Amino acid sequence: MRAFEYVVADSPAAARALARESGDARFYAGGTTLVDLMKSDVERPGRVIDISRLPLTAIELRGDVLRIGALARNSDVAYDPAVARRFPAVSEALLSGASGQIRNAATIGGNLLQRTRCTYFRETRWRCNKREPGSGCDALDGFNRGHAILGTSDSCIATYPGDLAVALCALSANVIVEGDAGERTVALDELYVLPGDRPERENTLAAGELITGIELRAEPLYEHSHYLKIRDRASYEFALASVACAIELEGGRIARARLALGGVATVPWRAREAEDLLAGSPPGDAAYRRAADAALAGARTRAHNGYKVELAKRAIVRALRTACGGAA
Amino acid sequence: MRTSERPAAPARSLPLTLRLNGRDATFTIEPEVTLLDLLRERGGLTGTKKGCDRGQCGACTVLVNGRRTLSCLALALAHAGDAITTIEGLADGDRLHPVQAAFVEHDALQCGFCTPGQILSAVGVIAEGRARTDDEIREAMSGNLCRCGAYPNIVAAVAAAREALR
Repeated sequence: MRAFEYVVADSPAAARALARESGDARFYAGGTTLVDLMKSDVERPGRVIDISRLPLTAIELRGDVLRIGALARNSDVAYDPAVARRFPAVSEALLSGASGQIRNAATIGGNLLQRTRCTYFRETRWRCNKREPGSGCDALDGFNRGHAILGTSDSCIATYPGDLAVALCALSANVIVEGDAGERTVALDELYVLPGDRPERENTLAAGELITGIELRAEPLYEHSHYLKIRDRASYEFALASVACAIELEGGRIARARLALGGVATVPWRAREAEDLLAGSPPGDAAYRRAADAALAGARTRAHNGYKVELAKRAIVRALRTACGGAA
Repeated sequence: MRTSERPAAPARSLPLTLRLNGRDATFTIEPEVTLLDLLRERGGLTGTKKGCDRGQCGACTVLVNGRRTLSCLALALAHAGDAITTIEGLADGDRLHPVQAAFVEHDALQCGFCTPGQILSAVGVIAEGRARTDDEIREAMSGNLCRCGAYPNIVAAVAAAREALR
């Protein structure tokens, strides 16, 4: 690991000032992905700002809004009774990610800002536009079995690797960001940006901004939300395809649906066209399959990831069946 | 240039005090030192193993304030004041911790390299109350790899230790 300066922030404002002053700083919360990428020489911060002791760990349900502090640990959020009951997809997504040890260290804010990364990004001997802008992408014609089929560009096809953000995306979560001008709220699916020709830029945060928490509005349909993750191993593995969904039935028809995909896109992928198709339909595989076809209509595959189109469609159908079973 | 005229290099090493297996321990370390390297190289506690050093194998699992954590992915300086328990801190003198005893009883290892991490992880899982069934144990222990493939006996050992700790 390269040498860096280590500083401890005693308030969010101090953390932001320390970041602005440095120019190449990284915030340290759980450290689980940052330390890994620093050992691989992919992340090379000159300054590491330890924010892990800041008082941003509360999980509070006030009225119908759940606020989760950015430094709440993944395992604490996953097992929180209010989260498990009101937003089961969030709990399921968290528990499907990483391992018990990592979930005990990883934080919600850090999870949202984990790098979108593929094997070529992680190995400095390969060309990677995300790691070294303009250098090229060896994944395009490489071993791209795990790479994205939605939201890709000619510069980058790395898959957004997280689970939590996919569930939060489906459930229209907001991210609370503190900056110089005070607090602002960003819709989760506006936090992330498509790679385009600037894959090194993954989110809309400005320099010196800090995520302090997330907010979820409790709605009846979220109580029947579900997260399904398909992967090569039963546990401790990234998704090949994942689905976060929620369904509300009314008079034998789907009144409202929420659908987001993971494991197949460069960002947490909200499938709004599929949601619109589901609304008003009677529940059943015909409607689910139509929605799945719509969700994957824009897929662009490479040599080794074509299987993901059908895999994602079947995952959508299965997840909707489960969610609908719970909503019936 | 005389030595006294040379500009002083900024002091990179920082003081750190934490509780190691119930005792306060103080070090002066560089920021790059992980909790794992602190334990092994500075603390003389080589029971915690360095397997992949990338958070993939679980061999470096320790308890931080009672919760299982990967010591290879943590900066030591970020753990000032924390209580760290390693495999060396589990037994009570010559009396093995119930999880250690269960691993012996159920032959839950072959080469033993992953065992300290497996045992610390199991202590954490049982304390979390997430070892209620064999399937739950398999899922909860999925962050600990065993290349000898002792998994069936590890599951049996964790289940037995859960009962012993009731």
